[in-house]
Amino acid sequence: MRLRLTDEEEAFRQEMRTFFTTKVPQEIRDAVAVGRHVGKDGIVTTQRILNEAGLAVPNWPLEWGGRDWTPLQRHIWHEELQLACVPPPLAFNANMIGPVIANFGSQEMKERFLPPTANLDIWWCQGFSEPDAGSDLASLKTRAVRDGDDWVVNGQKTWTTLGQHADWIFCLVRTDPEAERKQKGISMLLFPMDSPGVTLRPIQLVDGSFEVNEVFFEDVRVPHDLLVGEENAGWSYAKFLLGNERVGVAPVGATKRALATLKDHAANVGALDSALTAARFVELENELLALELTALRVVAHSADGKPHPASSVLKLKGSELQQAVSELAVDVAGELSLASGSPSAPEWATVTTPTYLNLRKASIYGGSNEIQRQIIAGTILGL
Amino acid sequence: MDFTLDDEQLALRDAVRGLLKGYDPSVDAERRRSVTAEDPGYDEQVWARLAEMGALGLPFAEQDGGMGAGPVEVAVVAEEIGRVLAPEPYVASVVLAGGLVAAAGSDDQRAELLGALSSGELLLTCARVDPALGDAGTVAEPVIQGARADKIVWQVGHELFVSDRPEGVEGYHTPDGGRAARLVFDRSRATPLGDGGDASETIALARARAQVAACHEALGAMDTALRMTTSYLTTRKQFGVTLNHFQALNFRAADCYTSLELTRSMVTWATMVAAEHDDPTAVVEAAARAKLQTARAARHVGQEAIQLHGGIGMTAEYAVGHYTARLTALNHWLGAADEQLTRLSGGLTDHGVLDPLS
Repeated sequence: MRLRLTDEEEAFRQEMRTFFTTKVPQEIRDAVAVGRHVGKDGIVTTQRILNEAGLAVPNWPLEWGGRDWTPLQRHIWHEELQLACVPPPLAFNANMIGPVIANFGSQEMKERFLPPTANLDIWWCQGFSEPDAGSDLASLKTRAVRDGDDWVVNGQKTWTTLGQHADWIFCLVRTDPEAERKQKGISMLLFPMDSPGVTLRPIQLVDGSFEVNEVFFEDVRVPHDLLVGEENAGWSYAKFLLGNERVGVAPVGATKRALATLKDHAANVGALDSALTAARFVELENELLALELTALRVVAHSADGKPHPASSVLKLKGSELQQAVSELAVDVAGELSLASGSPSAPEWATVTTPTYLNLRKASIYGGSNEIQRQIIAGTILGL
Repeated sequence: MDFTLDDEQLALRDAVRGLLKGYDPSVDAERRRSVTAEDPGYDEQVWARLAEMGALGLPFAEQDGGMGAGPVEVAVVAEEIGRVLAPEPYVASVVLAGGLVAAAGSDDQRAELLGALSSGELLLTCARVDPALGDAGTVAEPVIQGARADKIVWQVGHELFVSDRPEGVEGYHTPDGGRAARLVFDRSRATPLGDGGDASETIALARARAQVAACHEALGAMDTALRMTTSYLTTRKQFGVTLNHFQALNFRAADCYTSLELTRSMVTWATMVAAEHDDPTAVVEAAARAKLQTARAARHVGQEAIQLHGGIGMTAEYAVGHYTARLTALNHWLGAADEQLTRLSGGLTDHGVLDPLS
């Protein structure tokens, strides 16, 4: 057993900390710190700065811009990025379709897509969920039929996050409706969002924000060479992608930072004088510490790049704690949490309710927490 | 950063596991009950074999008759004890009482007490009294194994003493099958440990190390309680199917697993802090964090283990309830959750974010 970082690891941590706090524009980091949306430009600017320094896609294969880091280095990179309030590289690019193309795409596809995906020259969105295929994703109905050199896509996707900014979509489609198992007849297609026949309709969320969309496909023609990997093997790529998503989806560093910032606000308004409020902070700090240490255990013991089965614990607890911190924020803000439209009230307090409402999503996306419990019960406990 | 045991530590774990196998409810469902029914509430022969193996001397220096090992090895033993609920008073006698002697005792005291503790000839325990309470300030209760211990290490406010066990002490049963007693401190019959005087820091550090070891004991117990529960869910039939056909039950077991794994991370971390830090403040804080996390998880897992078993979990014949009883006792020994919350609240604004790697 060993706790302390080696000198090299400590130096690496300092290098990351220095880079993130000096090279990413202050106004972008300030917006993240206060819980404001940074917008498309902020995300693109940041990712290009990171990519230029080789820090956007460290988990990719070396030849496509990845880094030969240890799991602990990756963890430190991710933690320091979040602690410095740097918007993380766009998950759809860096954690989802990038690794799928790098692992399963043809050489031509890799050359065409991986560099602009790393640099966010292409903004990807995810075409997975459908109105009748949520947690039961494999029952998706969007159909792709082969017609000469093209696939013709008809159907509908939903919950397409930030689809309004997207240039391309990676889309699960049913290519063999007769397959023995519903998982067997699914393929993954890539196509531009401005293809003829693609329509996007924004969905307003409960906090008033516009993050997700419905996407409709009507006779969208997709050239055959934009099929990822093998025909009817899309489900295994999707599972690979979702496994990666679970690991990255527990934003321990960001939640720690949010709690520390909230603690400052609470101290300033005298809320910590209440033993009850102070105890809530202590409980959350402690639970977050346990989560962070579990994340460290999981990264240390993930074999062959495959996610540790306990990564479901990270998703489950990570989202619960993210939500719990947002809950405490509303409580610390008290009545000021109603002042979301106020130009004069402290900004940290005015965003608490929208943030709290918005984060209800965290236990739903990335495989709902009930799905994670199902995975733990089935895969780990053998129930 | 490495959370794993090395080969020697794994060998120690296997040896202790083998020695304690008789208590494993899946090996002998009656053994622990029969041992705890008779005084002194543990098996003197098992204690002697732990001594032979070197387990009782692990944390003490070799010149004091110990093995010169550290918190990681102690954790390994404590976890195995918890796994089968071995009733031997390892943490109370070796880690806490022995730890105080090791830290504060004079050369002669260490040689006399730790050598005999390590060889199993002498049972130590720790009794705590608070002189600020006036007349009540000489009474220590409950003192674990206070009627059996040969020597008592007294924590009197901030000072430490050692004495023989007072005469005429009557022991009683604790709710987890253990033994404790009420002891009265008599300064005229006690000798200061070492030079005497204020030993606050020594006490805090020894207590923190014992807290972490007790957390490992709880970890072992939770691990078994959950294992028994999942095994029960896959074998017990109702409505014509095994219980794991009911998602509501499986989800509750999944939540127990989450509690257990988070706690394992925290307690292992606290052990590494104890092993690597000389700074008592860091160890005391890490122990408080581990104790708080363990208390929350142990209550959760202990309650669910009985509930998911149903009526059989309530019976004294079936082991799972004993696990819940032991976890409840461990939770309230060496400072319950509220004490840790109060301590940690005091330091809440000393840091921004917590950094576990520093």
